[in-house]
Amino acid sequence: MPEQFLFAMEVILNGLMAGVLYALVALGFVLIFKASGIFNYAQGVMALFAALTLVGIMDGQIPFSHIINATFGTELHHFGWHVPALLAIILTAGVMVIFAWLVQRYIFRHLVNQEPIILFMATIGLAYFLEGVGDLMWGSDIKKLDVGLPQGINEWIDVTTFEAFGYGFFIDNLDISATIVAVFLVAALIIFSQYTKQGRALRAVADDHQAALSVGISLNFIWVLVWSIAGFVALVAGIMWGAKSGVQFSLSLIALKALPVLMLGGFTSIPGAIVGGLIIGVGEKLFEFLIGPMVGGATENWFAYVLALLFLVFRPQGLFGEKIIERV
Amino acid sequence: MNALTGGNYTTADGRKIGNTMMEMKNITLRFGGVVAIKDISFDINEGEIRAIIGPNGAGKSSMLNVISGFYNPQEGEVWFHGKKRPQMRPYQVARQGIARTFQNIALFEGMSVLDNVMTGRLTHMKSGMLSQMIWKGKAEKEETENREVVEKIIDFLEIQAIRKTPVGRLPYGLKKRVELARALAAEPKLLLLDEPMAGMNVEEKEDMSRFILDVNDEFGTTIALIEHDMGVVMDLSDRVVVMDYGKKIGDGTPDEVRNNQEVIDAYLGVAHD
Repeated sequence: MPEQFLFAMEVILNGLMAGVLYALVALGFVLIFKASGIFNYAQGVMALFAALTLVGIMDGQIPFSHIINATFGTELHHFGWHVPALLAIILTAGVMVIFAWLVQRYIFRHLVNQEPIILFMATIGLAYFLEGVGDLMWGSDIKKLDVGLPQGINEWIDVTTFEAFGYGFFIDNLDISATIVAVFLVAALIIFSQYTKQGRALRAVADDHQAALSVGISLNFIWVLVWSIAGFVALVAGIMWGAKSGVQFSLSLIALKALPVLMLGGFTSIPGAIVGGLIIGVGEKLFEFLIGPMVGGATENWFAYVLALLFLVFRPQGLFGEKIIERV
Repeated sequence: MNALTGGNYTTADGRKIGNTMMEMKNITLRFGGVVAIKDISFDINEGEIRAIIGPNGAGKSSMLNVISGFYNPQEGEVWFHGKKRPQMRPYQVARQGIARTFQNIALFEGMSVLDNVMTGRLTHMKSGMLSQMIWKGKAEKEETENREVVEKIIDFLEIQAIRKTPVGRLPYGLKKRVELARALAAEPKLLLLDEPMAGMNVEEKEDMSRFILDVNDEFGTTIALIEHDMGVVMDLSDRVVVMDYGKKIGDGTPDEVRNNQEVIDAYLGVAHD
């Protein structure tokens, strides 16, 4: 029995780490939804686009090389330099800020005060557009992303747990770094929103647009800011997922996994996104481990959605969401 | 023309009224085919309490929204401190030192009273984002200064007891007071109040009247307010603009306005034959 118990412990630990990655994606959704009421379907594609751009910059790839070659009959592919990971990350973050500004300037500025469903459809359009741009800019082949994060089994944990319990835990180094990065990211976000002028303004905009205007807050600036932050969160998520499974276009589908996370945690709560991510991560790994063998496995594909459905029935606002009470 | 409209005089209770601070010139505001404001001109002097009154739908709130930049009039000019104001967004107007409250309270319901009032200080915060995050030097000093201003206002409006309460839980009357506190935190040159006493009971109205008078007296803040309650308006204000159906039908001291036949007709109704 202890054997079984230790194995379950390992499953839970791995679930927690997978949950961190889900939470990272969900976090991007929550940020934008809170500040502007837009459910950003493009968040997953933003993570993909950020990861593509990062790889492209690191490898010195020439953007739009396919079109350039086709138009001018040239054979350009690479600049012939390699950019160090840290610099490339900073440059990519810059690209995401420009992207945020463009989105605000050319899409959402024209859709102020529209129905949520229209804003949502705009983000669907944005998602497909961005996916196309990503393809055009950097090509559609699967790329390897290596920003120098340690990969593979953590020997130390393996050895220590083996000595202590007689059973070595298998924990991926990459998952550990993802967790550490996520903790820092969330801490920085919380400090930002609680202690800075811009953070205070962001919370104000999230609460009431009209009141925010009356105390001198520029809604446009805050929306560009929040899209930039969401872009940065997408970059971090893109790095982690890209390092784990390569930068490929199926990466944009991780956005779908963030949906059940949001339903669990509530669409407006940052702690909710984190706790929701962890619950889904642990839940699906544990369910696969315990119940999976009885039903023929592959439960990870649907478990999260069923859990989210149950939540929708019994607690529609999620664990941390605000309960909506309409006064009549 | 009234002898007092030029400004630069001392009131009976000893307050100094200065030069013209804001001047609205021939403002016309239309929503599609509906004319909300029709060719209205009036001015606001430094240090005075100026009221805009009129029956429902007269265009009072629209006028306040023009001053605060929420609406841009199709015709006419807004002059502030002797300069013509270009078309501005509401946040730019706020940064010029014009603060306001709303008819249907607009507060940050999820934040505490203190945080709400602190947002009023946003236009006064200058230090950079990073230094604020690591809480160093200038940012720390600035935060302390802002807190001092805010605490003073909280004391002044007697809301110390609810400083930490989330605004969403407060009763209506207190919410109105918190909204006033947030507007005051900006240390505005001009304070716009949209029906500050709407929906209040007699006692709350008396409190609010006292606060408005004290704000004007102690901080020297110029105030423009909209109010339905004629009694309150007449007691509070130095000069009154009367609007009806988007037009200005009277302008002057409370006594002058009270005796204006057109105003009496608009309020009491007049037989059409």
